[in-house]
Amino acid sequence: MTFRFTVNGEPVEVKANGSRRLLDVLREDLALTGTKEGCGEGECGACSVLIDGDVVDACLVPVSQAQGTTVRTVEALAIDGRLNELQQAFLETGGAQCGICTPGMLMAGEAFLAGGAEPTDENIREAIAGNLCRCTGYTKIIEAIALAAQRRTDA
Amino acid sequence: MDRPSSTTRTVPPGLTFPETTPLVVPTDAPAPGRARPALPLRREGPEKLTGEAKYADDLVFPGAWFGATIRSTEPRARLLEIQLDDAFDWKRVVVVTADDIPGDNIVSLIDTDQPVLVPVGGEIRHQAEPCALIAAPDRATLREAKRHVKLRTERLPAVFDPIEADREFAHYTVESGDAAAAMKEAALVIEGTYRVGHQEQLYIENQAMIAVPRDDGGVTVHGSLQCPYYVHKAMKRALNMGDELAVVVQAETGGGFGGKEEYPSVIALHASLLAMTCRRPVRMIYDRHEDISATTKRHPAVVRYRSGVSDTGELIAQEIEVIMDGGAYCTLTPVVLSRGVLHAGGPYRCPNVRITGRAMATNTPPNGAFRGFGAPQTEFAAEMQINRLAEALDASPLDLRRRWVYRQGDTTPTGQVLRESVAGIEVLEAAAEASAFDRAHAQTHSMREGRTDGARTATGIGLALAWHGAGFTGSGEVKLASVASLELTEDGRIRILTASTEMGQGTKTIFPQLVADTLGVEYDEVEIAPQDTSIVPDSGPTVASRTAMVVGGLLIRAAERMRARVEEATGRSFADAYRGAGPMRIDEQFVPYPGEPFDDKTYRGDAYPAFGWAACVVKLDVDLDTGEVAVRDCVAADDMGRVIHPVLAEGQIEGGTLQAIGYATIEEMKLVDGRYLNDRMATYLIPTSLDAPRIRSIIVEAPFSGAPHGAKGIGELPMDVGAPAVVAAIHDATGTWIHYLPATPERILAALTGGPMPPPPGISLEAPEPNSPPIEDLPPGGDEMPFRAPTDPGEPR
Ligand code: FES
Ligand code: FES
Repeated sequence: MTFRFTVNGEPVEVKANGSRRLLDVLREDLALTGTKEGCGEGECGACSVLIDGDVVDACLVPVSQAQGTTVRTVEALAIDGRLNELQQAFLETGGAQCGICTPGMLMAGEAFLAGGAEPTDENIREAIAGNLCRCTGYTKIIEAIALAAQRRTDA
Repeated sequence: MDRPSSTTRTVPPGLTFPETTPLVVPTDAPAPGRARPALPLRREGPEKLTGEAKYADDLVFPGAWFGATIRSTEPRARLLEIQLDDAFDWKRVVVVTADDIPGDNIVSLIDTDQPVLVPVGGEIRHQAEPCALIAAPDRATLREAKRHVKLRTERLPAVFDPIEADREFAHYTVESGDAAAAMKEAALVIEGTYRVGHQEQLYIENQAMIAVPRDDGGVTVHGSLQCPYYVHKAMKRALNMGDELAVVVQAETGGGFGGKEEYPSVIALHASLLAMTCRRPVRMIYDRHEDISATTKRHPAVVRYRSGVSDTGELIAQEIEVIMDGGAYCTLTPVVLSRGVLHAGGPYRCPNVRITGRAMATNTPPNGAFRGFGAPQTEFAAEMQINRLAEALDASPLDLRRRWVYRQGDTTPTGQVLRESVAGIEVLEAAAEASAFDRAHAQTHSMREGRTDGARTATGIGLALAWHGAGFTGSGEVKLASVASLELTEDGRIRILTASTEMGQGTKTIFPQLVADTLGVEYDEVEIAPQDTSIVPDSGPTVASRTAMVVGGLLIRAAERMRARVEEATGRSFADAYRGAGPMRIDEQFVPYPGEPFDDKTYRGDAYPAFGWAACVVKLDVDLDTGEVAVRDCVAADDMGRVIHPVLAEGQIEGGTLQAIGYATIEEMKLVDGRYLNDRMATYLIPTSLDAPRIRSIIVEAPFSGAPHGAKGIGELPMDVGAPAVVAAIHDATGTWIHYLPATPERILAALTGGPMPPPPGISLEAPEPNSPPIEDLPPGGDEMPFRAPTDPGEPR
């Protein structure tokens, strides 16, 4: 089967079995290895990407479901080699340690910022509840998202 | 221990403790994690944030095959035959067995007991033990091939309980004064038996290794690993290779926490054997299920503890027995036990101490390194004792620690005089002040007094204190004789050469920072060479919180020498002159820190060059209906010597503290027939952002003069102190002491209601009888709590 959808602004055409995981299509067929696999069963969120703006676990999505959608991955965030506000905030606050959860966290954070909810501690915790981090204790990730939210409001 | 049952509410008016009251942080403390533009930013941060960083599974090697491991499904058995089913065309794949190992069938570490693959005729000693390997050109073929392999075995009786085990990996005794005699003199004696279970590191990146055969007959492995030279040593021995033929390159590593200290050697050997056989790159990327089933965990332990207090209120005697479960093979167990034993007394002055420890072999997967490395197990017991002593003496747990904590000039049970950098009291006071401990403790106390039968939740606050020896134990650093190098290249670049790995803790940031500061150049002017054994010297493993202190110290000395040499030769400042002053390379080797050398036989002398100190205060709610614990707030004060990079250091404190909270509350491996039952992320739970409290980290700096920059290390310290603080808070809330970690809802509820206590952690249940219900459906536990000290006053009365 051939599937057509948009990835990071580019139209793509993928020939694959419809049950092939979107995660594998991204990582192996499209060489977008920024999206990570931590569990393969929807528990860790390391594979989080945005489909039409919603955070999904790419390990649970068959490529057939991506047909006609717009997919965004971590590779889309930096513009012309410059970190975006959220990435920059992660860098400054220490929100990324080993970095393996980071792409997924960033996508969950992007969706949260786009949603426009008040960047309270509680709301941010809720927004990243599907993304496990074993390194940071979450404190600095939450600060990073709050800092980015503040900078976007200020801008 | 009784469920609070008073019917009148006695909370004085005006004394309230609303659920959301945060612990108070002193106003002059920097906001944790506040962006500090003056500090260098994480060196590899941009790559990690853009998805460009290449972790092992992101690396592409054209034509690579996929490797898999055939594992045992019994805890102990004789391997009689590896059967390859004729229904499969075996020419499509390669199969490797023990017979194909060119060198010794040994995973080289402390001992030589662990085989790379169990040979036919050999003994399987644990579930998920590697017996054969397969590589195939694609995953589907690999899966099909795996289905056509069978292990024919003869089952042997297995041992699961370290107390019943008869095979010992190591034993140690630490003794000072006469503990038995002093115990008889004591006015108060408290004893208890504490048990802790396995803990899974659960780095979010699974173990991964890719082996690439080279034309010269050697193999290069690229993997997720902490210790390139451990892997290198293992390859040389099992693959019968010289120094140059075995090459180990660290890929970006998605967390380790000790879990990638020794196990990567096993995977590197497996991938290499397959790659040498099929003559192409072979990828061995574990999935989560395989990773949890097969790789190392934190050692379960039983700690029997007796403490004696004199009639003047001094701690005068400690008798401690530590039993650790090493699992089926030795791995690093002797060193883990050693650290556990040396920390078992806790950070308290006591003239009469006897600590014995033994590590036993069971038929469970080998246990190994995990952040804290034996100390979290024994310090949990030590702090439980102190908190129970405070209760028995009707003293504040804070005051008791103020009184007993080591001060400068005190002597530890190994005879080590704590000459400097002794900050137990500082971290204690910092945590107590930031959490307003006394006031909060008084409040929770009166809330408990006034609680009615209908109360649904109980709030408690708990305190714990710990010490953690910096760097390798005893003579470890001397034996390692690590080297770190600094290079000035011909074209004027400054390059750091060490084998110290980055796995999130910040090695690649603090090293250039230290070197740049010493040389008087900008952070960005200092490069760091890849962790590749063909390029960098053996600076020892990246473990034991030793990187900042030991290797960082070597780099500073190398930089001082380089700076002096360039400035002498040119008469100009290093920053002005260095670009034309190369090539030059400075190799700096470890020289022992000042102090009494440690005697490995008598366990006397300086066990560590210095200690880090940590205090933790936890506030939590216990749901009295479900036994669930919600940790609401946490203050962690840690002394790591001179801090190099506050943001990274806080990151270590926060991350380590949350791992400790997970250890205390929810993280438990359950075993049946020696196999981990909850071997998936859906069943082995770690704290999410919703479970995690806000963690307020306080950095305390008591510099260590033996290191040129005064640093002592921080990685493991927070792990020692969180769990006992949580259990103290559960007691404060409910009046119940939980002696087993984790303090799961089932254990708390059983303690509150006097119902059947779930089985102790860390011990495998026997295999269920055929036709019995699946083990997951069995009700938890028997009604008996084994190993409880009969006179334990903290137990149900
Ligand atoms: S890999 Fe998709 S949720 Fe873990
Ligand atoms: S930074 Fe390592 S798992 Fe989040």
